Amino acid sequence: MASLPDLLIRGARVVDPFRGTDEGMDLLVSRGRVAELGKGIPAEGREVIDAEGMIVAPGFLDIHVHLREPGREDEETLESGLAAALRGGFTAVCCMPNTDPPLDNAALVEEMALKAAKLGLADLFIVGCVTRGRQGRELAEMGLMHLSRARVRAFSDDGDGIEDAGLMRRALEYVSGFGGVIVSHPEDRGLSRGGQVNEGEVSFALGLRGIPALAEEVMVARDLLLAGETGARLHLAHLSTARSLHMVREAKSRGLRVTAEATPHHLVLSERDIRDYDTVYKVNPPLRTPEDVRELRQALTDGTVDAIATDHAPHAPEEKEREFEYAPFGVVGMESAFPVLYTELVERGELPLMRLLDLLTRGPAEVMGLQAPEYGGGIEVGCRADLVLLETGREWVMDAGAFASKGRNCPFHGRKVKGRVAFTLKNGRVAFAAAGRGGEGVG
Amino acid sequence: MAVKGHLLDVDDLRREDLERILETARSFSEVLRRPIKKVPSLRGKTVVNLFYEPSTRTRLSFEVAAKRLSADVLNFTASASSVEKGESLKDTALTLRAMGVDAVIIRHPVAGAPCLLRRWLDVTVINAGDGMHAHPTQALLDLFTMRERLGDMEGATIAYVGDILHSRVARSGMKACRAAGMRVVAVAPPTLMPPAVPDYVEVSHSFDAVIPRCDVIYMLRIQKERQQEARFPSLEEYARLYQLDKERLRKAKPGVVVMHPGPMNRGVEISSEVADAPHAAITAQVSAGVAVRMAVLFLLLGGGEGGGVLA
Ligand SMILES: [Zn+2]
Repeated sequence: MASLPDLLIRGARVVDPFRGTDEGMDLLVSRGRVAELGKGIPAEGREVIDAEGMIVAPGFLDIHVHLREPGREDEETLESGLAAALRGGFTAVCCMPNTDPPLDNAALVEEMALKAAKLGLADLFIVGCVTRGRQGRELAEMGLMHLSRARVRAFSDDGDGIEDAGLMRRALEYVSGFGGVIVSHPEDRGLSRGGQVNEGEVSFALGLRGIPALAEEVMVARDLLLAGETGARLHLAHLSTARSLHMVREAKSRGLRVTAEATPHHLVLSERDIRDYDTVYKVNPPLRTPEDVRELRQALTDGTVDAIATDHAPHAPEEKEREFEYAPFGVVGMESAFPVLYTELVERGELPLMRLLDLLTRGPAEVMGLQAPEYGGGIEVGCRADLVLLETGREWVMDAGAFASKGRNCPFHGRKVKGRVAFTLKNGRVAFAAAGRGGEGVG
Repeated sequence: MAVKGHLLDVDDLRREDLERILETARSFSEVLRRPIKKVPSLRGKTVVNLFYEPSTRTRLSFEVAAKRLSADVLNFTASASSVEKGESLKDTALTLRAMGVDAVIIRHPVAGAPCLLRRWLDVTVINAGDGMHAHPTQALLDLFTMRERLGDMEGATIAYVGDILHSRVARSGMKACRAAGMRVVAVAPPTLMPPAVPDYVEVSHSFDAVIPRCDVIYMLRIQKERQQEARFPSLEEYARLYQLDKERLRKAKPGVVVMHPGPMNRGVEISSEVADAPHAAITAQVSAGVAVRMAVLFLLLGGGEGGGVLA
């Protein structure tokens, strides 16, 4: 780090959700850390980023991504996925364990964590399996994964709901012993089986089997009851229906330790956007009704939703370019998240900038129980310089072809946006600079 | 047509397109009664039957229609098992494109395949049935058959009875009947009714209550696998409640027209006696199939007039 030259970020609007501050300042980065904050810091021959008109915020945290390693390195690797994170402004991500083999034991999570650390890209926090082999039968060795050098604290069988309520109860109880959190993928297979899109007018018109809102809601209701009974930490992934949100809101009002996340695609798109059987719109849970989208946005504002997570799910083009029913579920999301959310929510006046940044930084950190120095803490003298510089106001076009992710299945490709990540700093180093900002790609 | 040169569903058709197809089909049905049933309209054109689902009836119907118009017909039948694993639909489309065919008639077990084919292939695409989605030529031949029997269809009542939820025949048929000014009733147990039916469709769960006011009763094929999905307890119970048998037919108007897209499950959704009764227009549907498909091919491929007469 000593060899890294000092970097002065000048004239930025520093927005820090951890401290709730929003003010114009200069920021001096030295030896990987924020060395000085204030007005009129002299350049003194240092490298300078003229950040006039830009927003500086803590690097984002995405708590729900699929990096496909091990098993499907053709679709994504730790390297391409963590580079994509930096390109999207995320200096840390939590990866889901539905790999092949699944991340269900201490040796494997440790190996992955060390491999990721060596890459020197975004930080990786691993979500371990709840059950051995994601089979939904016996508990995985969650305690050992927690004690390993990967320090796993969140567990999920994401991709599948845990069908057995008794097993879910035990999992919640067990991890509460060491402060772990269970991330629920709320989906009742009995109700969703064979479904392709939201059940209703659109599924009828397209002649595709529907996934009813109930498939999610039944499991949300069950998990809230179990969490209430056990007092354990429950996090609900990718909520998509109005009724799920009502239940979470009600549970929170009773003081339940439950958190919830929403994805950018569920916040921006509805089932009505599904056109010409384009599989880029095939996601699980499915895109819901415009009313659900409205409720989801409301839930961001009132705190029912704690975090925005992308559910980044890269797929090989040949798997997506086919009949709707045969294509896999999922979209890539890390590199489009901020531009799309800023444009659709902040620019339109639906959500304050501070709240959007909160949902991308402090909120997800709280869900995962992450604290400085691992992640978060806010922008102050001495903190690690994991920062994002954001540009707004001009118009750009989302280009999935330029993504660092191997995935191209982005429903926002070609969309006009009014915000973008200009720079991502990781450990004080410019890890990504946007085109026209001294680079393209990860430095 | 709204979508130039293609027939993916009946909503591609304006009312005048519909009329035009039925009129053209009527003249072709006259041709089909002549001793020499062939016209040279599509000589030199190549039509591909791309069937990913075994359906001898529909494939033969299209093949006969194309041959009566003097087109060359190629049959491509993919086995059910190869659909998911074999050559992708996209690669097949690119192959057909390279071969320079004039039209592709596609039958596919999942919804949307014809729509994707159109994206990858710049020739006429005709949907011969895709999953639960659409079956426009069936809807057209049904309209043709009804017109032959009923004359003016404006204000007439048709009841689709059975597995509405999974039926592409009902999905396209209901739209076509509405376009022809008919009243549409959907009759099924709640478990076989779609989650959201369009406003113009009246929903009923009682076949007996609906029968007396029907001008057309359209029976849908019921599949045994629906029982495993807990859509109904047994075929016997289903038949008791929804089979069109002699008893039920007695409650219908004297001139009622009974239809079925085939193949029938005699003794399940329809009794043998009813299937063979003079009310039944089921064999008329089959002959109408050839004439209507000739009309569609002729109009889409612009027999002699240089393309897209319907557009
Ligand atoms: Zn999930």
